[in-house]
Amino acid sequence: MIVAAASGDAATAFIEIGAVALVLAVLARIAARFGFTAIPLYLLAGLFVGEGGLFPLDVSHDFIHVVAEIGVLLLLLTLGLEYSVDELRHGLRTGTPTGVFDAVANFTPGFVAGVLLGWSVAAAVLLGGVTWVSSSGIIAKVLSDLDRLGNRETPAILNLLVIEDLAMAVFLPIASALVAGRALGATAGTIAIALAVVATIIGLAFRFGDRLSALLDRGGDEALLLSVFGLTLVVGGLAQRLEVSAAIGAFLVGLALSGPVQTRAGTLIAPLRDLFAAVFFVFFSFQIDPSKLADSLLPAALLTIVGVAAKIATGWFAARRAGVARPGRVRAGATLVARGEFSIVIASLGVGLHDGVKLGAVAAGFVLFTALVGPLAARYSSAFVHVRGHHRGFDDRGDVAGVELDDRGRPR
Amino acid sequence: MPDIEETMLPGVGVRHEFTTAAGERVAVLTHRTGRRELAIYDRDDPDTCRTVLHLSSDDTVALSELLAASQVSETVRTAQRLEGVAIDWLTVTDASPVAGRTIGDGAFRTNTGVSVVAVIRADSTIPAPGPQTTLEPGDIAVAVGTPEGLQRLHTLFES
Repeated sequence: MIVAAASGDAATAFIEIGAVALVLAVLARIAARFGFTAIPLYLLAGLFVGEGGLFPLDVSHDFIHVVAEIGVLLLLLTLGLEYSVDELRHGLRTGTPTGVFDAVANFTPGFVAGVLLGWSVAAAVLLGGVTWVSSSGIIAKVLSDLDRLGNRETPAILNLLVIEDLAMAVFLPIASALVAGRALGATAGTIAIALAVVATIIGLAFRFGDRLSALLDRGGDEALLLSVFGLTLVVGGLAQRLEVSAAIGAFLVGLALSGPVQTRAGTLIAPLRDLFAAVFFVFFSFQIDPSKLADSLLPAALLTIVGVAAKIATGWFAARRAGVARPGRVRAGATLVARGEFSIVIASLGVGLHDGVKLGAVAAGFVLFTALVGPLAARYSSAFVHVRGHHRGFDDRGDVAGVELDDRGRPR
Repeated sequence: MPDIEETMLPGVGVRHEFTTAAGERVAVLTHRTGRRELAIYDRDDPDTCRTVLHLSSDDTVALSELLAASQVSETVRTAQRLEGVAIDWLTVTDASPVAGRTIGDGAFRTNTGVSVVAVIRADSTIPAPGPQTTLEPGDIAVAVGTPEGLQRLHTLFES
């Protein structure tokens, strides 16, 4: 049995996995209590049970690795399920300038940091990806917890998240090809094939998504759960075969589903995703030696400062384009600060690289800091602008070029 | 009717908003799950919400019932203004002799002088039902007439 391969004893495996799950349960409760995501805590837990940690596990790494990979697929599947094709089209039509600003402002710090640390190009590109993408999971939760879904800057934030996720459909295959580390020509070829595959799947999803959704919707919950799970793994696996990342295959499956089946599948898959994704986060830091993490804390902290500033600038830019006044622009920026699941997914692509361990450690530290700072910044930003607003009055409304404002500061 | 603006909220749902006659900005946020939020914008910072009301699907139905000037509440208002006119809600039980019969069969107006002005069935309302409308068990008949007439109608519904 694969579970017991390392220890020769299934009982040990059960006890160990069960104990880790119970620890994660406590962490999830603590996180929920304080209103932030459990991801940073899962990462910390992984350090304790991993190589060089306090309580190293005996369980077969192969087994955990497969479970963790399924976690990534399910994370991406649910991300794809969040959006409908219409929302994507709308996002692309209105949000492209913001998306470009976001990519440039937030990819650059990570990439430059990677180069400065003397890493390979592939590792630096991955670190750029880590600093680029905001966590839609954390942000959606923060917006809803702070009752900001009705706010005027919110559509700008959500549209940016859509664009980022779509950008990942292009970025991940490119990153995977770079990681494979072939000669320049071969890499270019792989990238071209990968992008063609992505374009084909997106085309098929847009075209036949409705029919697929109608077909799946006919079955009961059990059948639907199994078919969505199976479809995700099959498409993910095939994508991986074609050297597109499996994660993108799963994301596109999520995109293809629409209508009632989209909501149903989302509800059914969510508990499964939480379980597998928790394993993924633990496994990720499992591979990081805590003694090496210490060296990465300074770069991660510096990168956090730059990364926070870059996201605030992005939010300011996005909200200003939407005709939102200054307090709202600050709120939008602060809300976007949190990085999370996607950054870890990107960093995990590089485990096999020469600088993979360092990349993992910096990424873990960066996600740890931003995931904690982000929700606080979002909450605090409102107090900050309120105090300032009180002193200075709200008379200095937005100065958006071409947008005339009425006496209440609303664009006419 | 004020202009209603629609905004897509990717991954969340859709938002509709308008300005009230008094100048308040109001938005209704419909989540994919059917849950709704009613938001009122802040006058000082019109980009944020001053109040957000979280409504379950049931709450939404209740609130829209109250807000919509439906046939029933209109009748209630008129009836309350007229002296000597009363209004009553009568439930049709399974055992009721009127269950399964039409309003015409019961000849309620002839017998009691009371008019059945609406029938509430499950979540929908049948306004101004005709004589051919059948009363089904579980229906609630809204009747307007004199207090004495309503008393007699009660007897017809129950005996």
